[in-house]
Amino acid sequence: MAEAHDYKAIGTRPVRPDGVDKVTGRANFGADLNLPNMLHGKMLRSPHAHARIKRVDVSQALAMDGVYAACAGGDFPTNERTTDLAKNCMARDKALYHGHAVAAVAARTPYIAERALDLIEVEYEPLAPVLDVDEAMADGAILVNENLHTNGDASKPASNVAAIVKFERGDVEQGFAEADVVVEVDCRVPTAHQGYIEPHACTATINEEGEATVWCCTQGHFDVRSLTANVLGKSVGEIKVIPSEIGGGFGGKTIIYLEPIAVKLSEMSGRPVKMVMTREEVFRATGPTSATHCRAKVGAKRDGKITAASAWLAYEAGAFAGAPVGPGCMSILAPYDLEHFSIEGHDVLVNKPKVAAYRAPGAPQAMHAMESAIDDLARELGMDPIDLRLKNSADEGTQAPYGPVFPAIGFRKCLEATKAHPNYTKPKAEGTGRGVAAGFWFNIGMQSSAEARLSEDGTVTVVEGNPDIGGSRASMCLMAAETLGVPYDRVRTHVGDTESTGFCNVTGGSRTTFATGLAVVQACEDIIAQCKQRAAATWDIDVEQVDWADGQAIPKPGVNVDANPLSLRDIAKNAGRTGGPILGRASVNAQGAGASFSVNFADVKVDRETGKIDVLSFTGIQDAGTAIHPAYVEGQMQGGAVQGLGWALNEEYIYDENGVMENAGFLDYRVPVASDMPMIDTQIIEVPNPSHPYGVRGVGETPIVAPLAATSNAARDALGFRIADLPLSPPRVLEAIDNQADA
Amino acid sequence: MAKVVFPDHLLQQTGGTKETTVEATNFRGVLRALEKLWPGIEETLQKTAVAIDGQIYQDAWLEPVRPDSEIYFMQRIEGG
Repeated sequence: MAEAHDYKAIGTRPVRPDGVDKVTGRANFGADLNLPNMLHGKMLRSPHAHARIKRVDVSQALAMDGVYAACAGGDFPTNERTTDLAKNCMARDKALYHGHAVAAVAARTPYIAERALDLIEVEYEPLAPVLDVDEAMADGAILVNENLHTNGDASKPASNVAAIVKFERGDVEQGFAEADVVVEVDCRVPTAHQGYIEPHACTATINEEGEATVWCCTQGHFDVRSLTANVLGKSVGEIKVIPSEIGGGFGGKTIIYLEPIAVKLSEMSGRPVKMVMTREEVFRATGPTSATHCRAKVGAKRDGKITAASAWLAYEAGAFAGAPVGPGCMSILAPYDLEHFSIEGHDVLVNKPKVAAYRAPGAPQAMHAMESAIDDLARELGMDPIDLRLKNSADEGTQAPYGPVFPAIGFRKCLEATKAHPNYTKPKAEGTGRGVAAGFWFNIGMQSSAEARLSEDGTVTVVEGNPDIGGSRASMCLMAAETLGVPYDRVRTHVGDTESTGFCNVTGGSRTTFATGLAVVQACEDIIAQCKQRAAATWDIDVEQVDWADGQAIPKPGVNVDANPLSLRDIAKNAGRTGGPILGRASVNAQGAGASFSVNFADVKVDRETGKIDVLSFTGIQDAGTAIHPAYVEGQMQGGAVQGLGWALNEEYIYDENGVMENAGFLDYRVPVASDMPMIDTQIIEVPNPSHPYGVRGVGETPIVAPLAATSNAARDALGFRIADLPLSPPRVLEAIDNQADA
Repeated sequence: MAKVVFPDHLLQQTGGTKETTVEATNFRGVLRALEKLWPGIEETLQKTAVAIDGQIYQDAWLEPVRPDSEIYFMQRIEGG
């Protein structure tokens, strides 16, 4: 592998190839497709957070002029193998949260469809909902699912706790007994939404042979294909999915809600059906991330050496099992080299929408708890919080809390960079607080495919199957250009549909630049191998005597041949004469994704009269491995930081006692706007991942992990006392200030 | 013999055994060996991720396993 400073394309900052279309409105998003004779689908949603569905009658809706189809749970395959996903797309015998889909119609106009929903009769038997993780775990709690047993152990009574996961090492009691100082934090983090701007949308059509085509905004159209097939009881081969551009996902578009319903309505009506969620539907019926209750405890010697740590985590899963508590448990202590620890996590059902992935799923909440405790420990010890972390830092060779030994990682470098950063060395302003926190995410590999097609003029078209969320087209072009030795503008990357490119897992898990990038590199190496063969044939020498350098085939030193180098353009021009078109391809199940660590720090000011917290400065430092396109790495770091700051300061789902969300819109669910934020400073640490030819780790998820605790710790510094729960919204801060004054 | 370590929440299926050793040349062989020890466990383990000598795999049937390998089962990691 070349050293970073030798790269010609990698590390440059060209404008993204999809940028102009996106800023001029030319790009097509999920709701932009219109087809002849297309109908508009709308969903009827449960007005109850928990209710038995005794009867659904769509006949009056179907009789309405302009209505062409209507369906309910009974129209979908239902048996003992019906998945939670299918029941989430369309309720069967129970509505499990307010907004759960119970029926749908397709009509000539959206207006007619809305009116038709009013004619659907649903007989409910309302049940009391369970709305809070602690309430759901209590003895005698109302059960969301009467057939659910913890960890599948049917010998125990049914429970809302779907799973308990544990990680332990050493003797944690002994470790705490050895400590000179022990601190504990008990905190709650609310449900937060990914905040993507584009609501879920799709259009579906199905022909007389049962072959369906779905256009949708998604993070993974191959997953849409398999999940839709699962819900409809169809084979994967009967469904083609074409991804649109995507207006944000952050994990929330890795699953499906509308697609099988649109296909079913198309099948019933014989026409294409478009379904577009309103913003309110996005909030009420799609998956946010888990609300959590976490306890963290950490003990240390006077010199700062941590002797033991423990954590207890409870995550709301929503109406079906599957909260990201496992990753929370596995990440909470990942930055530290510890001899004694115990971590216990709980996956808990409540009558709320099933949670979905959100950037580093599960890690921000868990690490908010532990990084708050580490901050308190530093205060108790009188140590600089960076020095405390350096004293206990995980390094290459450290056994991670979840088992394996870390290869080369960059946490220590992030800490050292923080300590030297001008934003950290400068004194904080009077009346402000500064907080530090660490972040971590595993990153993943998984399956990807890519083709690299050499055109007759020597330009290269890369085709892969990952929707471009964060600039991946540009990253693929850069890696292809670097591998082939051609300029960036000679390469184009196209995101193919499920029939025009090989299988790719979702764009998520910070995997695309790593795994799909690996496939692109290998596809380009395949082109190079073929070009060397064509050159060898042209020069009448053995292929082993041909090198590839700077985008051209050259005879190896010492090879006695009278030949000029053949560029990619030369070889492409004569491809027909030397064997036909040149097409490189690769499919990988990429292994060896490199973990990414970060350190964030914030300076905040608290208005003690209003309770408002202003973030004065925020700095993100992250080991990204090699930064293929540094501007987009910085963009990921800034975007994650802003989402984390929003979660820390204002964002939360507010429910009434009946389980009805009271702030289902961006006016009341307050994401940060530009005027709320300072410029987010970034510093990329590049510790190359040894498992990738260019050293790529993953970037997109780690940036959201540390801002929660960094902000909380900064507020603690400014206020002189800790507010453990998030968000640190003005009402909560004001109440805490008042309580502190009373105390 | 490769060392295999289970997370605590899987101990219910191993009768409390946290650590064992198996003879296998690849991960598929590890799964088969464990299935012989605890019938039914393979189905559970197919749904987990695994770290073999520090490298995390989501699907790893063909990954080589050495006599001194360390194998840790862990939750699958997805992501946003």
